Amino acid sequence: MSVSTGRVTGVNGNMVNVAFTDKVIKNEVGFIRVGDTRLKSEIIRITSGVASLQVYEMTNGIKVGDEVEFTGELLSVELGPGLLTQVFDGLQNPLPELAEKCGFFLERGVYIDPLPDKEWDFTATKKAGDKVKAGDSFGWVPEGLFHHEIMVPFTLQGEWTIKSIAADGAHRSHETICVIENAKGETKDLSMIITQPVKVAIEGYEERVMPDEPMVTKIRIIDTFLPVAKGGTYCIPGPFGAGKTVLQHLTSKNADVDIVIIAACGERAGEVVEVLKEFPELTDPKTGRSLMERTIIICNTSSMPVAAREASVYTAVTMAEYYRNMGLDVLLLADSTSRWAQAMREMSGRLEEIPGDEAFPAYLESRIAGFYERAGKVRLADGRYGSVTIGGTVSPAGGNFEEPVTQATLKVVGAFHGLSRERSDARKYPAIDPLDSWSKYDGIIDRRLVDEAYSYLRRGNEVGQMMKVVGEEGTSLDDYIIYQKGEFLDAVYLQQNSFDPVDSMVVPERQKEAFDMLYSILTSSFDLSDKKDARLFFNELRQRFLDWNGTASDSPDFQRRKDDLVSFYEGRRK
Amino acid sequence: MQKVYTKIESIVGNVITVRAEGVRNQDLAEITTSRGTGYANVIKLDGDLVSLQVFQGAQGVSTGDSVKFLGVPMRVSYSEDLLGRIFNGAGKPRDNGPELTANMIDIGGPSVNPSKRILPKKMIRTGIPMIDVFNTLVESQKLPIFSISGEPYNQLLARIATQAEVDIIILGGMGLKYDDYLFFRNTLEKSGAMSRTIMFIHTASDPTVECTLVPDMTLAVAERFALDGKRVLVLLTDMTNFCDAQKEMAITMDQVPSNRGYPGDLYSSLASRYEKAVDFDGAGSVTILGVTTMPGDDVTHPVPDNTGYITEGQYYLRNGRIEPFGSLSRLKQNVNKDTRPDHRALMDGMIKLYSAYKDSLEKRSMGFMMSDWDEKLLRYGELFESKLMDLSVNIPLEEALDLGWKILAECFEPNETGLRTELLEKYWPKEA
Repeated sequence: MSVSTGRVTGVNGNMVNVAFTDKVIKNEVGFIRVGDTRLKSEIIRITSGVASLQVYEMTNGIKVGDEVEFTGELLSVELGPGLLTQVFDGLQNPLPELAEKCGFFLERGVYIDPLPDKEWDFTATKKAGDKVKAGDSFGWVPEGLFHHEIMVPFTLQGEWTIKSIAADGAHRSHETICVIENAKGETKDLSMIITQPVKVAIEGYEERVMPDEPMVTKIRIIDTFLPVAKGGTYCIPGPFGAGKTVLQHLTSKNADVDIVIIAACGERAGEVVEVLKEFPELTDPKTGRSLMERTIIICNTSSMPVAAREASVYTAVTMAEYYRNMGLDVLLLADSTSRWAQAMREMSGRLEEIPGDEAFPAYLESRIAGFYERAGKVRLADGRYGSVTIGGTVSPAGGNFEEPVTQATLKVVGAFHGLSRERSDARKYPAIDPLDSWSKYDGIIDRRLVDEAYSYLRRGNEVGQMMKVVGEEGTSLDDYIIYQKGEFLDAVYLQQNSFDPVDSMVVPERQKEAFDMLYSILTSSFDLSDKKDARLFFNELRQRFLDWNGTASDSPDFQRRKDDLVSFYEGRRK
Repeated sequence: MQKVYTKIESIVGNVITVRAEGVRNQDLAEITTSRGTGYANVIKLDGDLVSLQVFQGAQGVSTGDSVKFLGVPMRVSYSEDLLGRIFNGAGKPRDNGPELTANMIDIGGPSVNPSKRILPKKMIRTGIPMIDVFNTLVESQKLPIFSISGEPYNQLLARIATQAEVDIIILGGMGLKYDDYLFFRNTLEKSGAMSRTIMFIHTASDPTVECTLVPDMTLAVAERFALDGKRVLVLLTDMTNFCDAQKEMAITMDQVPSNRGYPGDLYSSLASRYEKAVDFDGAGSVTILGVTTMPGDDVTHPVPDNTGYITEGQYYLRNGRIEPFGSLSRLKQNVNKDTRPDHRALMDGMIKLYSAYKDSLEKRSMGFMMSDWDEKLLRYGELFESKLMDLSVNIPLEEALDLGWKILAECFEPNETGLRTELLEKYWPKEA
């Protein structure tokens, strides 16, 4: 491919106009040469011989006439063994290596090879003469706990024949380990590393299937009431301080998936630092290894260049799809998609596009839909299943969900976990509003039972609202009991203490056990003489249930406290 | 010799355009008008048309005035000589001292690599119980004071400035009333803190463009001192004025506004400033305490709203006191476990009781009967407000904790406080 060059003709914020000589491709990457540094940028518009580039770095010092080299490649990431445990910026620059090279600050124009040329123990699963196509695996290397499949690049067209393949044993990740040829006689050298454009979804699977298996988060309100499926999508909108990031961190630690990719997109650097310092110390209960071994962090915090923020969510989802195609369950947590949308808005403003609602570009909805649609559960050629689950936080302006990003997101996700200021102010965590939120997925407990439990919550809330007007005196005992049941459900099941070592993560078996008990309490009628009696009864019941919640299931007290609780309420049953 | 351009093509708001070649984005230019010499910086390039924003404002600029490009971006001098000095938004002395030109550093530099940050874990003592006890300020934290106009936020900042245990204080004033500027200057001089203070002051009557430069200059200097091992406290007042100046400039530049006229990049431009708060591994730190006035006491206004998403908590200043509800220091958990064993429990316990006091107060105002318990709470609430919440109270953390126990003991029996028995045994004041 011929590669063209150009010269800068204008600069406006992080957008640079370039007059080019030969042909250029939309979304192709170019480098602007400023002194000794080269600034990475992407063509986002071409009008009458002038390409507009968004620059992934700060644009100070660029002048008219500066030279631009185009690469002929779309914005891409490198996929291969060695991605896990790494910390990248939005353009896949490894941050710890960058720090070694540049010190405290993110110097612009420094690009480091994201995947070091390490030796991996390769095992071939195909032989010379075998036919392959895009996405087929021809061998694997061990990466931490996983068989890391080495695959034919997803962007190749047609059928290819393996001409030669490396012997089993140690090979460097950048060396050619397989040569393939197609019918036209073109050959391609393949290494362990694939270069994949980030804005093109990875295919190479047989078919997409319904996400039907719950992704357990060990958070009761999610797993029981507002479940998320493996391969599904969900969003967490909430005002500042309602606990979005804490909820994401809990999920990233506890989610029952193989790999977690955290995309810290335009949020505080301090929060990423917490993950960076904390995760290597924590063990994954499923594997007994460090949590970091199943984690990739893509970190483009709020003070880093805006255009790279836009790219970072695509970088993250591309990596997720890559591991999905090895038959793994991947969870992508994006915090926060509003910052990503704002990055689009800034660029749209510079392009002087006609603005939509709140100055967001008209294509906001389709971009958001396009991103979430990259989630899904797929069946691979060998019959295995893999999935990408996407959970995105939304930071609505003023905490008002009637804004474009929240609304566009709600249209395309399968579950909505709306956080409420009211609940977080009352220290009711997780502050997911149980009445506003919804989920279209099936959880670990029969939906009929869950719906019935829900009805107590809803009616209890109605009585509570009414009681604010007419007072306790004006409420009938039956209504009052329903109110107490709703409050009880909230206190012992929906709320969860994330600082308590036992209560902070509840496995599905235990959730089922607790739910059975809760269900039986909700659906029983009790012998209660008056409201005071009812209040005292439910206070005591709540205290006993909470004590039981805080008891480890392997502790000798577990069964005793459970029996205590049962005998206490059975004794008052009508 | 740099070339001088004498044909200004257009003057719109504070932005002028000239035809020039070889000019770099964000470069500084010197503009000589009949009123004297000022600065402007390049904000847009389009072919040979160069747009510059004039720091002093374009009022009185003639199309025939001369523009000289200096070939360097906006810079500020950095040395120990800055201490005790006062500058304006363009970095020129405001205090009759000499202009500093040695060791110029760029402003608005790159962001810190997240992997080089460390978890903040050092407390900053301020002597204000509502901060030290209930929402501890932590080194490298970024915290705004949310307030409405008329509240004594500048008095609060000045007190923190004179009392905080830090090496250097840098005050960035944006759109300050002249009286407030004099207040800061006099207070710091009187307290003897001026020798470790640097001030960059933009007053309400100064040109708008200079307002937008204040945080960048302040933080660039702070960052350098921190790299040299100093613990720096940056005070920014009032960030709402900074945002309004940004809004004014964006509208002049024909940018599409996003929310209530503010530019779409409001979040990013606030974040790139607040994120300068950092604790360097093996060097000093930058802590940012800002003031954000909320127009109409509305926290959903774009400025406080975006700020809240960026900063690590906030202090609500209302009726001359730091409100215990709504105020939050997200980093307090990192430090209050190491101060004194009773710190956390006392903090939670006292706030829970204060919240119960508020309920009793509401009940009383609605004319309900007051029980014994309500009476106890009312007494407690009054003591809490006068002895701990009042901003004039000035005691170290340990004394404040002791005072907290004393207030509890004056109002309640030990088992009414909901505090753990072993703490009660250790800290409950013994009968004299």
